[in-house]
Amino acid sequence: MEYLHAIANCFRATAPVADYWSLRLVSEETEHLAVRQGVTEPSALGSSLGAMLTLVQGGGIGYGATSDLSPAGLAAAWARAARWAERHARLGLFGADRYPRSSLRADYASPVVEPWESLSLVDKLDLLHDACAALEIDPRIVDSSAWLGRRLVRQLLVTSDGGEIRHLSDQVSSGLMAVANAGSQTQTRTGGGADWGGQGGLERLAQVGFRADAQRVAEEALALLAAPECPAGTRDLLLMPSQMILQIHESIGHPLELDRILGDERNYAGTSFVTLDMFGTYRYGSELLNVTFDPRVPGELASAAADDEGTPAERQYLIRDGILERPLGGRLSQARAGLPGVANARASAWDRPPIDRMANLNLEPGSDRLPDLIARVERGVLMDTNRSWSIDDSRNKFQFGCELGRLIEDGELKGLVRNPGYRGISARFWRSLAGVGDPQSLEVRGVYTCGKGEPNQSIQVGHASPPALFRAVEVFGGGE
Amino acid sequence: MKDAAFFDLCERLCQELRGEEVLFCNLAGEDSDFVRLNGNRIRQAGGISAWGLSLDLMAAQRQVQANCDLSGDRDADLARARSLLQRLRERLPHVPEDPYLNYSTTATESFRIQGSGNGLGEGLMSRGKGLGGEDKSGTGELLGVRTESRVQDDPGVRKASRVQDESGPRRGSVGGAAPSGDWDSAGVIAELTQAAAGLDLVGIWASGELSAGLASSLGHRHWHASRSFNLDFSCYLAGDKAVKANLSGQAWDPQALAARLAGVRRELEILARPARVIPPGRYRAWLAPAAVAELLELLAWGGFGLKDHRTAQTPLLRLARGERPFDPRISLHEEHGRGLVPGFTAEGFVKPQSVTLIAAGRYQDCLVDSRSAREYGQVVNAAGEAPESLALEPGELPVTEMARQLDTGLAIGNLWYLNYADRNDCRITGMTRFATFWVENGEPVAPVEAMRFDDSLYHLWGDRLEGLTRERELIVSPETYEGRSSASALLPGMLVSGIDLTL
Repeated sequence: MEYLHAIANCFRATAPVADYWSLRLVSEETEHLAVRQGVTEPSALGSSLGAMLTLVQGGGIGYGATSDLSPAGLAAAWARAARWAERHARLGLFGADRYPRSSLRADYASPVVEPWESLSLVDKLDLLHDACAALEIDPRIVDSSAWLGRRLVRQLLVTSDGGEIRHLSDQVSSGLMAVANAGSQTQTRTGGGADWGGQGGLERLAQVGFRADAQRVAEEALALLAAPECPAGTRDLLLMPSQMILQIHESIGHPLELDRILGDERNYAGTSFVTLDMFGTYRYGSELLNVTFDPRVPGELASAAADDEGTPAERQYLIRDGILERPLGGRLSQARAGLPGVANARASAWDRPPIDRMANLNLEPGSDRLPDLIARVERGVLMDTNRSWSIDDSRNKFQFGCELGRLIEDGELKGLVRNPGYRGISARFWRSLAGVGDPQSLEVRGVYTCGKGEPNQSIQVGHASPPALFRAVEVFGGGE
Repeated sequence: MKDAAFFDLCERLCQELRGEEVLFCNLAGEDSDFVRLNGNRIRQAGGISAWGLSLDLMAAQRQVQANCDLSGDRDADLARARSLLQRLRERLPHVPEDPYLNYSTTATESFRIQGSGNGLGEGLMSRGKGLGGEDKSGTGELLGVRTESRVQDDPGVRKASRVQDESGPRRGSVGGAAPSGDWDSAGVIAELTQAAAGLDLVGIWASGELSAGLASSLGHRHWHASRSFNLDFSCYLAGDKAVKANLSGQAWDPQALAARLAGVRRELEILARPARVIPPGRYRAWLAPAAVAELLELLAWGGFGLKDHRTAQTPLLRLARGERPFDPRISLHEEHGRGLVPGFTAEGFVKPQSVTLIAAGRYQDCLVDSRSAREYGQVVNAAGEAPESLALEPGELPVTEMARQLDTGLAIGNLWYLNYADRNDCRITGMTRFATFWVENGEPVAPVEAMRFDDSLYHLWGDRLEGLTRERELIVSPETYEGRSSASALLPGMLVSGIDLTL
């Protein structure tokens, strides 16, 4: 971080006069290790360093991003930003006075118990070989993988108003995958933290059951080969947290992004069935639906002290007792829409400007234990772990698929079913929410690759959810 | 960063190698302007300069990889690269031998610069009413009919590739300002917002230089650079009713923009009619090339790689095993020779001009990267195992006949957000998006509300395929996740007797 400070201090001392500027310096270190079918894949180190300069000047806004952090490099980025600010002043969608200024001074660092460096490269590879071998329990396992990753991001945001926000995000990721095949039927099962991202150190491996999960992953992949197809028809649907995070992401998170509602994303990610006049009155779901934007959950993927516009991050209800309260919009979007929002203007890297993202978007727990939710189902399907996602550009008509299904009959779990899927319409689906798991069943997970924006940005977002029960959903299985 | 600076950096780095160490250096860079538009105004505008260096160090049958950003400053970059090399050297003894280590030991060279503004870049256009004037009625345009542009790389030109547009003579018929390879982004934006006055235009202008280089301690020297633009936009009528359009290439042509906007305005008039709500069911349909592109983009996810085939994960498993054929009119190739993406792999292999993936409805060859080649004893024919330059062979149907051939059914201009409903049966789900019309007696009569489909390619490209168009469209990817993409696809439209809509 000292290196970033030195660059920032040098820039501050020489920056030309402007109405406002912010400089976001980002250093990102990554490491990826993997073993596939018993063979070590080439280990990969990544080291990224660059700066995003946002300039408000002459009634316009422009940005310049560069990996040249010398005084000359930053001066060139300034000149580029100034040219675009001049053009924006004449052709901008909104006035530059709407751009949020920040004088916030804040620090954030991920909670880490066991640093990534506390385990040697050799030991990490041994762990991966051991886990991968544990997946290969049968000749029908035709592919197996175990992986570990680390992402360390140091970010310093300084502004012409004296703002200075330091973020250190440390993440360890892991995963297991077993692919089973018999004839023309192939089934894949993942686990070991594959969809369980979070901030922290190597202590996360035990939390997500990295090594211990291997046997279950392999056995379920094999069992699915022989399982019947998920039946088609209208049934109750019990979604486990590993699928709920996707359901929340696609049919609550994206429709509530304020920049979508304002039309910025219509050419790419799409628009929203939610309109500005719905906030405060619209019934989004049943009274059991409570959704929060919560950047302060320890270890959740997008926890932070502030967003990339320099707005302090605070917990807010977006949906309370089923009623829509506020959108996912940063201060710039809030100013454009005339609505309160949250601190969610985030950029995926140093070479992208901030836009409205989800950050941590969580379904608040209810009061039902998982066995109680199962007991309330007369004829239904439990679905676990997302594998397919598709939703329309207004975020309404969706169809999702899961790795594993299990029938529920007369309040009891029955046998596995394969290729389970379901479809519905967001605006109706959440109103069929009939049960939400208790705090003990809550799982803090996340999505690694949420894509949107032009230019495109893929970013990590956190989602926490318990299992949830929905009534009368259209479900189906595989086959032509 | 220019080629000389990159090669100089690599030579200095290679001088520091020890013993049997082998080093491959790859560069990927861009100097781009990005302008987001909403409401035909600038939403967000700026530019980036970014160069990424990847190093692959090998010795004693082991390999380790790393990458870092470069600044463009010669000394600073060398220091950064040296530091990275040292880290790799320290890691190398701690990784096991790699049985699939595979790199080219034959030093090869290539040099290609496109769109340099020196007169050789004639301009590559896509989705081009600006190129194709044969459909005078405008009906074909409503059905997503475009014209084919073929990009050819003249192997005799070492210092700059020749980009040729087969339908080039049509472009000049409009008159006015000539296409220019020396555009100015700010000027184009001013021109665009003026030309699109009155339209609710939203989208992205992305333009500038893209560079890719390879140098190795074994003597490989490859360079691929281009200067191009991609204007990807849509114009909204209301709600989710919009017309999608794209203009991309290496020479900016104001007349092509004017023609494209005129086409958009015509389609918006049809979109203004009351929308037709249709119930789920099976419908006769025409899929425009942009919709076909979405099918292929999904299929590219695991469909053609050798590793995916050998581990039974490809959605084309039944096709590959001969259990379920496609229609004999389906022939698909990966056309590396199109020249928009580099013709070399990171490991120094030179790609073949073309790989036939599907021939007359039967699976033929896989894409084979360096690791799979070593593992399965095959020849490297791709940089990665996902295609970047697909070409679906054309059929016999003239685009001008499509409306009559469809008669009554759906004209689907675009599909959106596709995913596998069941990979085992190549069953795909997704949405219609942008301009999709209900056609009766060969005439588009109303827009259709966005609908979800869920169907198997074994039907759409099999027993329900009625024909492919004689003309094809070159679609250049507007994606910018890992920098500006240079992937493309050359595709016809297709007529199917039925597609299953489910929601």
